[in-house]
Amino acid sequence: MDDDRVFKALADPSRRLLLDRLFERDGRTLTEMTADLDMTRFGVMKHLQVLVDAGVVVTRKVGRTRLHYLNPVPIQQIHDRWIDKYRSRHAHTLADLKTELEGA
Amino acid sequence: MEAATVAKQTLSQPTQVYQVFIKSTPEQIWQAITDPDFTTRYFHGSRVELKLVAGSEYRGYSPDRSQLWVDGEVVEVDAPRRLVHTWRARYEPDMAQEEPSRVTWEIEEREGGMCLLTVVHDQLDGAPKTAQSVSGEGWMYVLSGLKTVLETGQALPAFQQQ
Repeated sequence: MDDDRVFKALADPSRRLLLDRLFERDGRTLTEMTADLDMTRFGVMKHLQVLVDAGVVVTRKVGRTRLHYLNPVPIQQIHDRWIDKYRSRHAHTLADLKTELEGA
Repeated sequence: MEAATVAKQTLSQPTQVYQVFIKSTPEQIWQAITDPDFTTRYFHGSRVELKLVAGSEYRGYSPDRSQLWVDGEVVEVDAPRRLVHTWRARYEPDMAQEEPSRVTWEIEEREGGMCLLTVVHDQLDGAPKTAQSVSGEGWMYVLSGLKTVLETGQALPAFQQQ
């Protein structure tokens, strides 16, 4: 699950919409994913494949149906690597500034 | 829809799927999930004790073994690829009253010395409080801890004291 694939997968509004739908209710079939969306079945399939390749969506076969599940782990890893780190440095800078100003 | 409503719906999903790539061998991952001395290093400190025989007990104890946190039954063993066991959370009285759910561990070897580990926690329909407790950060913390221990030999900060 490399970062590039996850960022690319997230860099599209249709794919983010599909993720949000799975967030609301996980374990959907392709038909359920396509319902009341302004996208063709082929379009949804194509976008789902990008999400699967990035590891953020996992498919499981249950009997004869293929269900789609949200896998939150790669997004958490992106968060840990690219968001938490910078946020904490930012927070430290502010904390240092506060210490310096108050100490002066 | 309000954010809180959306979050609540997700937390009660009766099937949860988590997948993570780990740079390790199937045998090492298998040991990490079945050896109690190993599980204490990433599983919220828990000693997971089980016999690798279908029908035997699955027990997750507190680090000093004084409390039973999780119990269940081993359902399927195919070392080092697949382990299925039932799961009943004992760490909260509310959850101990709920129906047992099921956890499936699958290890697939991939190219480049990597393995794909999949954890499916399902049959949670009769255990909504448990579903909420293990969802999202619950399993993610366990899996990222497992990955870190196997790849670096270091436990996540919370467990380094033990």
